[in-house]
Amino acid sequence: MIIELGHFSMALAFAIAAIAAVLGFAFWRRHGQVTPYLRAAAVLQFLLIALAFGTLIHAFVNADFSLALAYQHDHSQMPLIFKVTSVWGSHEGSMVLWISILVLFGALVAVFGRRLPEDLLALVLSMQALLVAAFTGFTLFTSNPFLRLDPAPPEGQSLNPILQDIGLAIHPPLLYTGYVGFSICFSFAIAALVSGRIDAAWARWVRPWALLSWCFLTLGIAMGSYWAYYELGWGGWWSWDPVENASFMPWLAGSALLHSALVMERRNALKIWTVFLSIIAFSLSLLGTFLVRSGVLNSVHSFAEDPTRGLVILVLLALIIGGAFTLFAMRAAALRAGGLFAPISREGALILNNLFLATGLAAVLVGTLYPLILQAVTGRVISVGPPFFNLTFGILMAPLLVLIPFGPFMAWKRGDLVAATQRLAGAVVLALIAGLVVFVWSGHSLSLAPLGILLGIWVSVGAIADLIDRGRIGRIAPNESWRRLAGLPRSAWSTAIAHFGLGICVIGVVSATAWSSELVTTMSPGDTRSLVGYSLHFDAIDDAPGPNYSAERGQFTVTDPSGGTRVIEPEKRVYTAEQQPTTQAAITNYWLSQLYVQLGEKGQGNAFVVRVWFKPFVLCIWFGAMIMAFAGFLSLTDRRLRVGVPRRRAASMTPVPEAAE
Amino acid sequence: MKAAIRLALLLLALLGPAASFAADPDEMLADPRLEARAEAIGNSLRCLVCQNESIEASGADLAHQLRVLVRQRLKQGDTDQQVVDYLVSRYGEFVLLQPVFAWHTLALWGAAPAVIVIGAMTLIVLARRRRPAPAAELTAEEAEALERLSQPEPPSP
Repeated sequence: MIIELGHFSMALAFAIAAIAAVLGFAFWRRHGQVTPYLRAAAVLQFLLIALAFGTLIHAFVNADFSLALAYQHDHSQMPLIFKVTSVWGSHEGSMVLWISILVLFGALVAVFGRRLPEDLLALVLSMQALLVAAFTGFTLFTSNPFLRLDPAPPEGQSLNPILQDIGLAIHPPLLYTGYVGFSICFSFAIAALVSGRIDAAWARWVRPWALLSWCFLTLGIAMGSYWAYYELGWGGWWSWDPVENASFMPWLAGSALLHSALVMERRNALKIWTVFLSIIAFSLSLLGTFLVRSGVLNSVHSFAEDPTRGLVILVLLALIIGGAFTLFAMRAAALRAGGLFAPISREGALILNNLFLATGLAAVLVGTLYPLILQAVTGRVISVGPPFFNLTFGILMAPLLVLIPFGPFMAWKRGDLVAATQRLAGAVVLALIAGLVVFVWSGHSLSLAPLGILLGIWVSVGAIADLIDRGRIGRIAPNESWRRLAGLPRSAWSTAIAHFGLGICVIGVVSATAWSSELVTTMSPGDTRSLVGYSLHFDAIDDAPGPNYSAERGQFTVTDPSGGTRVIEPEKRVYTAEQQPTTQAAITNYWLSQLYVQLGEKGQGNAFVVRVWFKPFVLCIWFGAMIMAFAGFLSLTDRRLRVGVPRRRAASMTPVPEAAE
Repeated sequence: MKAAIRLALLLLALLGPAASFAADPDEMLADPRLEARAEAIGNSLRCLVCQNESIEASGADLAHQLRVLVRQRLKQGDTDQQVVDYLVSRYGEFVLLQPVFAWHTLALWGAAPAVIVIGAMTLIVLARRRRPAPAAELTAEEAEALERLSQPEPPSP
């Protein structure tokens, strides 16, 4: 009964969304009358979908196997948290999560969008309703999560063991929030194209949503990367898998959007491009969510495929993305270009950033889709793997990293490159010294690694130099400097912090890629092996059964180069329900580096294959990403960007002067 | 172009092995230099039954067989290129994680360079078009008027 209630709520939400979309687009010009209804409909959609989602969680927690989805993915012996997370461990359930976030964002716009121009609000809510209708319809008609089984089976088939991890509780919700957040930017873009009206106030409305989505996407990708790193058991954190690429592409588009919206907001320029990026970012999010499920792309992430479902997805994607771009092609010319600026200026720097990000995006997109297209057209089968992406993307990002620190030193309209270089002289020297030290330390090898470290340090130190310069640290009294820094807008702080985080991330990527050490060996209890100064003693092997799996747990004592010891316990598990073996690597931190130990296949007697990796500064990758996301959230608290505030300032339309220039 | 790519590849290869191996210790060759070559080759070959993994990173049986095969060929004295060619002749170019540079992959390799070149050219054209027209030369009368105005006013009587 409860499940039917959820089923009914979702069907009702579908109907309300469909009606709202049709009425909204038909009568948006009479926004005075239609907007109140659209807002009410948005809130109603949220409440109904929340109820539907709640009934699914209720069924999963209570192990109600009369629900087909619970039978397929739930198990009575699973810990509570995994019972909840297994709701979205399947295609159907993850659709409901995706839609829940979509309606939540729609409701947020409806509630907090009171100060938006009414016609714009009407169009945005209509577009959101159209998306809700499309995806609730898709879910109900091709992937219904509310189907029942009669008689109810006594026990469920359990969740895929790889997914029985805290990662499933964190990664998909973060990622989906990021993906779906871009739907708001998309709807704003469509609204601008339909109404033919777009100005700096529009950018001020879109930027917070882009920022919010970008933060969640950054965290989601970083979390997914760390999850793969510790769960898949071979120490890899990024493999340019189609699905990883699919989440990375909206991130690149979102990063470009953040920067271009800044130009539009301040200088009323780059309008067409910003609208284009808003459409691209969400189109790529849709691609990221759905292309994997269409059966077209093969990936470790794919859910069970179904040809009709795949076809419906492709048609849906083609309609939404194709429709948006058709509208763009028809109406973009009506958007007039704005403010003038010299090539060497803050605007110019941000455009250059967009050029590199867009090209990087193109490289990843082409690399991901090319094998499919080539096979469809010529029948030739090729692979496009990590070496291709490392090469093309790496070459493109190097100049971007060189240029990043200059950006914040450029004035709007007309910048001074020589003055900027002078103010960055300290950072240049520091980065060069660091690069040289790394070059000598790594044995004078002619390789890209010291160059990569140099770039990472350059970006980080350049960001600090920006703050030092803005605070006039060293040139005026310290308390005066402090006052200046404290008075900086939060967006200035967040720019510096985000760029600092990016530099840290680059350092982690380069270091963990170039200087990771490996040892693959066979060990029996009592054996000792060593790797780059860390010695590993195999103490014992024990049985360590869990609630729904049996396991063998190795006990190892690690002695680090300074003589400290610690005990780590990698495991091999076999999950009872599926009889699927998985490995639980033991990872231990040495400052920002990690020792990664995996217990492999069992040989004769008590001998095991043991794989050990030492990954220097690998934690910088995820810390860097977290710093970037933190900077994004900090920027959201900037008064100028706070959701709801902009309307007042937008009236004047004058660019707000930068505090420290 | 090809030379540039080869140089870039060489530099990139110097960054070190990208993926780590899941090879079993009993597969590994005794000669560390030969083993290093085998790993480098293995990292560039796709495990054909896996989703997106190299044979060095995969735990699949086929990956194991291919790892052994690569090492056998190396021990018999094949060059790296010969080993790769042999595998391509057996499994097609699908086995290469890095696609070859040829006509049918021109669009793949050329996409990013094309985007950046076209993008940069578009920007330059737009920047030129947008630059405000330089102020016209002053006419003789205007120059005279300006001259008159910029003279200090004679003290009024």
